Amino acid sequence: MTEMSKIDTNALLMDVTRFLWHEADLLDACAYDEWLDLWTEDGLYIMPMGAGEDYANQLNLCYDNAKMRRDRIGRFQAGFSISSAPPAVTVRTISRIVIDKTEGDLIAVRAAEHLIEDKFGRQRTWAGNAYYELKAVDGGFKLHRKVVKLLNSDGMLNSFSYLF
Amino acid sequence: MSLDMPKFSDLDALYDEENAKVATEMYEDPDLFAEEMEKVFKRTWVFVAHESEFPDKGSFKLSNVGLEPVIVVRDRKGKIHCMVNRCRHRAATVCEVKKGKTASFQCPYHGWGYALDGSLRALPYPEQYGDDFDKAQHGLLKLRTEAYNGMVFATFNDDIEPLVDFLGPEVCRYIDLFMKQGGGFPVKVLGEHQFTVPMNWKVQLENTTDAYHFPVVHKSFMQTLDGATNEMFDFLDKGKGWVEDLGNGHSVMMMIPELEDLEANLDAPIPERFSALAQELRDEGYPDDQVRRIVRAVGGAGFNLNLFPNVSFSLAFFRVLTPVSVERTDIRHMALGMDGGPAAANQMRLRLHEHFQGPMGFGSPDDAEVWERVQRGTKGGEQLPILVNRGMVDEEPGTAGPRGHISAETGMRAAYKMWKRMMA
Repeated sequence: MTEMSKIDTNALLMDVTRFLWHEADLLDACAYDEWLDLWTEDGLYIMPMGAGEDYANQLNLCYDNAKMRRDRIGRFQAGFSISSAPPAVTVRTISRIVIDKTEGDLIAVRAAEHLIEDKFGRQRTWAGNAYYELKAVDGGFKLHRKVVKLLNSDGMLNSFSYLF
Repeated sequence: MSLDMPKFSDLDALYDEENAKVATEMYEDPDLFAEEMEKVFKRTWVFVAHESEFPDKGSFKLSNVGLEPVIVVRDRKGKIHCMVNRCRHRAATVCEVKKGKTASFQCPYHGWGYALDGSLRALPYPEQYGDDFDKAQHGLLKLRTEAYNGMVFATFNDDIEPLVDFLGPEVCRYIDLFMKQGGGFPVKVLGEHQFTVPMNWKVQLENTTDAYHFPVVHKSFMQTLDGATNEMFDFLDKGKGWVEDLGNGHSVMMMIPELEDLEANLDAPIPERFSALAQELRDEGYPDDQVRRIVRAVGGAGFNLNLFPNVSFSLAFFRVLTPVSVERTDIRHMALGMDGGPAAANQMRLRLHEHFQGPMGFGSPDDAEVWERVQRGTKGGEQLPILVNRGMVDEEPGTAGPRGHISAETGMRAAYKMWKRMMA
């Protein structure tokens, strides 16, 4: 762990928090092109199931490299996907943000995520732990890895027409 | 109709076989649902698990037969048992771990202990039950359990025909063909997506051999495929496939006839989307014929098989439905792989599965949404029938039952015919 003064740590936490809230804001607004721009080209967006962490060799809800992210967004935007046109409306909260580690230009962060979706006159609530690997780039961050572990991820879920 | 006659005695009004019309009540009447749970799910063979999900002695998996929670387990001798997850004393579940390995099951309430075959082994302080208490009469309630090619089925009906007879030779032949996607390795369940949909169970039952919906509902999935794969999935326009009633409510939808037998045509060129995988396997030292066999198996079988009442086989996965209530059904999509096969091949199977299936897939959410729309639409126009008559115009006799155009609703008619027979 890089040695940091208290002030530096607080400043970093503030910057990271601002970035995660910006990402959450984009996802709630379905501003997906801007969301895609947040990523490094070799970044991975993963939503696993259960406790296992060998994501490449286990079944996940999603395991998206750059192509799959673009295809997923394309699907949301093309208007042909019945589940995504119109999509559920979402409001999410990112909280309990903790910086676990900084190493070189990578910052490991975790946070709690609560999401409420509204569709067909009903609301559903989801909670999860999100684990980010942020890459520091000139004056800001890029998402290099994001792993969202839903509570009950290996239980009965429903279909999602949005991202976490 | 006299008042004491059962409400659903007029089965012809619920399913008009001649015109292939289904009454709206079929999706929304709770009394009918209750009757189905008794007359269908408790009287026929219901799929409960794949053998790879509990491979060792002492391993088990929780499942359901209709509404009833069950445990499927392999005893010390390797014999498979299926029993109701309910202590014979005061009804507590004896297991709440979804899957695992154990030496016995113990009720957490008063400590009654059961062996892997469900027999009552011990209970604390038994003397208050008197000398004539017979432990042999107080084992977990067991179901008849049989398996075919790894597929484990159970039933409450002791009088039913053996499983292989219920499936019939054509279904068994298709199951054998489907399992060739092991590519020479045993087929193994790699994981499962689970989601619940506010719909009647029959809405899902109708779906797996319904090719008519594919290009409409799955247009957004098709758009993410490469040209050759898109061409392959364009089975409706090519019209080479068929759908066939296989008897006892079962049906097959042959989408891509050239992929009916994955061990045939091994000399065919390797499709572009598998070329990197093929090279990786060659680099790992797999001989060319095995590479071709594995690669051909990775994409899955070219047909969907729907078994009445709760399991279907599709491409590279099993789809299992569990009715929960008249307007709620749980769905499991079990991803299949090669037990002991190359990691690269299994990784590709997993990514292909994630691409289409499950809560975040490019296909399942759209399926789930149209199923929910059916249930929502059912609230209106109660007098309107649901149509499953597509393709009756030119159906021909098949091997086991009528065979229709790839987009015909022959599979649904097969299922409703069986439904009617069982509800009588």
